[in-house]
Amino acid sequence: MAGFPSYLEFRNISKHFPGVKALSNISFRVNKGSIHALMGENGAGKSTLLKTLSGLHKPTEGELCIDGEPLAFHSATDSLEQGIAIIYQELNLVPELSVAENIFLGQLPTKNGRVDIDTLNRNARQQLQRLGEDFDPSRPLKEFSIGQWQMVEIAKALSRNAQIIAFDEPTSSLSQREIQNLFKVIRELRDDGKIILYVSHRMEEIFDLCDAITIFKDGCHVQTFDEMSSLSHSRLVELMVGREINDIYNYRSRSLGESGLRVEQLEGKGLSQPISFDIRQGEVLGLFGLVGAGRTELTRLIFGAERAKNGTISVSGKPVNISSPCDAINAGITLCPEDRKADGIVPILSVEENINISARPRHLNLRSLINFGWEKTNAQAQQQSLNIKTASLQQAINQLSGGNQQKVILGRWLSTDMQVILLDEPTRGIDVGAKSEIYELIFDLAERGVTVLVVSSDLPEVLGIADRIMVMKDGAVTGELKRTEFNEQTALSLAMLGNDQAAA
Amino acid sequence: MLVTNPSKVLAPSQSKHAISFSGIWERFGMLIVFAVLFLLCCLFVPYFATFINMKGLGLAISMSGMVACAMLFCLACGDLDLSVASVIACSGVVTAVAINATSSVVLGIGAGLLSGVAFGLMNGFVIAKLQINALITTLATMQIARGLGYIISDGKAVGITEESFFALGNSSLLGIPTPVWLTIATFAVFSFLLNRTVYGRNTLAIGGNEEAARLAGVNVVRTKLIIFTVSGFISALAGVILAARMTSGQPMTSVGFELVVISACVLGGVSLKGGIGKVSYVVAGVLILGTVENAMNLLNMSPFAQYVVRGAILLAAVIFDRYKQKVRA
Repeated sequence: MAGFPSYLEFRNISKHFPGVKALSNISFRVNKGSIHALMGENGAGKSTLLKTLSGLHKPTEGELCIDGEPLAFHSATDSLEQGIAIIYQELNLVPELSVAENIFLGQLPTKNGRVDIDTLNRNARQQLQRLGEDFDPSRPLKEFSIGQWQMVEIAKALSRNAQIIAFDEPTSSLSQREIQNLFKVIRELRDDGKIILYVSHRMEEIFDLCDAITIFKDGCHVQTFDEMSSLSHSRLVELMVGREINDIYNYRSRSLGESGLRVEQLEGKGLSQPISFDIRQGEVLGLFGLVGAGRTELTRLIFGAERAKNGTISVSGKPVNISSPCDAINAGITLCPEDRKADGIVPILSVEENINISARPRHLNLRSLINFGWEKTNAQAQQQSLNIKTASLQQAINQLSGGNQQKVILGRWLSTDMQVILLDEPTRGIDVGAKSEIYELIFDLAERGVTVLVVSSDLPEVLGIADRIMVMKDGAVTGELKRTEFNEQTALSLAMLGNDQAAA
Repeated sequence: MLVTNPSKVLAPSQSKHAISFSGIWERFGMLIVFAVLFLLCCLFVPYFATFINMKGLGLAISMSGMVACAMLFCLACGDLDLSVASVIACSGVVTAVAINATSSVVLGIGAGLLSGVAFGLMNGFVIAKLQINALITTLATMQIARGLGYIISDGKAVGITEESFFALGNSSLLGIPTPVWLTIATFAVFSFLLNRTVYGRNTLAIGGNEEAARLAGVNVVRTKLIIFTVSGFISALAGVILAARMTSGQPMTSVGFELVVISACVLGGVSLKGGIGKVSYVVAGVLILGTVENAMNLLNMSPFAQYVVRGAILLAAVIFDRYKQKVRA
């Protein structure tokens, strides 16, 4: 494709999978020089739409047009040649190769049949400088941060002269500073006349960055606004969900019981100081901090996913010995991991199997045979009470949307006799509707006397649901706030500056 | 695999139809292929459909069928066991030497099986506990077991003096040889283990996503330890039966047999990446491979050409499987 296209059009796009209509009759236009947001709940069809743009999925009906010319793909690499680049949630880079090699992978410059390292590094440096980045492209990629990886991914797209660039949740693991930097680059790309698509769940980002927006719901096109200014936050949520949501957290206070989870002098990988704290039964403790503050590491140590070097853990006042996740589950401690895909779901197995895997050993016939009757009943009960949307319980779990996968993991733990639940970023990458259902569930559990720890880097979320907030920075606890003292600024400064500066 | 975001469910009648057809294919696809192949052989291969030949075919696949069941578990948890053939040889030699030394058939069989369990435990310990790659670990034990077999037998076949032992390999019940009965029993036991026990389901979960299984409370180390120990035990059992059939323990037997077994599993549809596998797949794979080999022998095909055919079939099977997965996604 030559020249600079001025618009991209989705024309009556439909995509059907066996048993599922993922997209139906989507039509809208994206103009150059504008950042176009795609918004919708999980499972609304945004990712599927991007996959039709990348050539990974062939639409069942309809076509993609650039400047009115229909596009024809034969494979995923075709889309790059047509000038389309998609920057996915999971970056497609090779950590062991150098930054420069990653940028030019598949089109390395050669001299006499060998890779021309000097030209390669020089070209890579040029590409990075266009993005305002100045790091050494000859170093292996793994030495750099996720934010820099994103820049490498963008540089890769630009090096192939991409005119249409789509971002799929690019900020989900970036720090605030990295996000600002990314936005600056995206705006420059827009001013350069590129066509930009932007998928995110973060409302503030969309209003901050985007110029136009298309809203999806259940695979259908709801509305396209060419001016963001004609849209308010609440109107957007209404359009996405199809109903009005006032306070998605819906905080409920409750009476607290005895000590539920006590951690004393816990030491281990990722912690810079021994950590002690106590959560009461029925209490929701929010664990706030920036990415890399050691929050995930702390939950993994408590759950036995990582061996602790030192320290004692007590559940309901009784000290327990935990050296593996098995031990933790037997002691009544459960963990919903941050990275659902890597640590949560067993992708090939069915929804039913994923729900029952942990509780199964407690419900055997003759102490060794699987009790299929119980398993079916339990899976149905969890599906109903958690409102898990799936074609059938026998469906493979990787066919479900992120929010529904998260509910399956929650159902897995609800099937056990847990007393403590550790939720690591329970609503990351999940749509508003499923989010409020998960908050509701957290309060239900707390009211039943379960001890809840919620890790989150979403400050409004922590403030919205926690009874108490503990803040971490660089592997140590820097402060604690009671609900009556909740204050966005204090929490942020504890997370970013630490104890001393925050007090001063 | 592509991940899709289903948002709308079609009318139940429509989706049910699609699921039931692909369900039948998934469950019985390769068995249907075997049935067609078997019919064709009956019609076009001389002497194929005789009782004598069926008995020979049954004996030929009894050993690979047995070992393939254990291999199914290794593959299903995402690993593999290359040491099976050497363990077969070594345990046969151990059995022969022990029977000759003690004049006791029971002690001899016990010693043979124990040697297999020992190799299996060693594999399991190194793979599960020390977390060393299964390919390398079993490649090492494969050579250790083969070497020990040669050392114990002094490099020669060890003739067995106790004749009652031969009944294990050469007797029949209802006209069907004992090894075939034992293999049928193995199929039943492993199918039961895979579908009905926590051990079997956990094996598939580990193959699907090991870290997620561990965080869901699956004892990964113990499960893998059992898988490899069972694999060693079953290989030893096959080795003991083979020794009974040959009336001697032979250190040089079954070279390359591990690849036959893995081929049969993959041919039947067991995934090399782990997480996908059924005993019916193994049955189909073993039957197809055994039938083709038998037919080639009856047709007097040269052994060199047989290698080419076997390789071509395996290649075709994995390409077909890959295509099937793509269509499903």
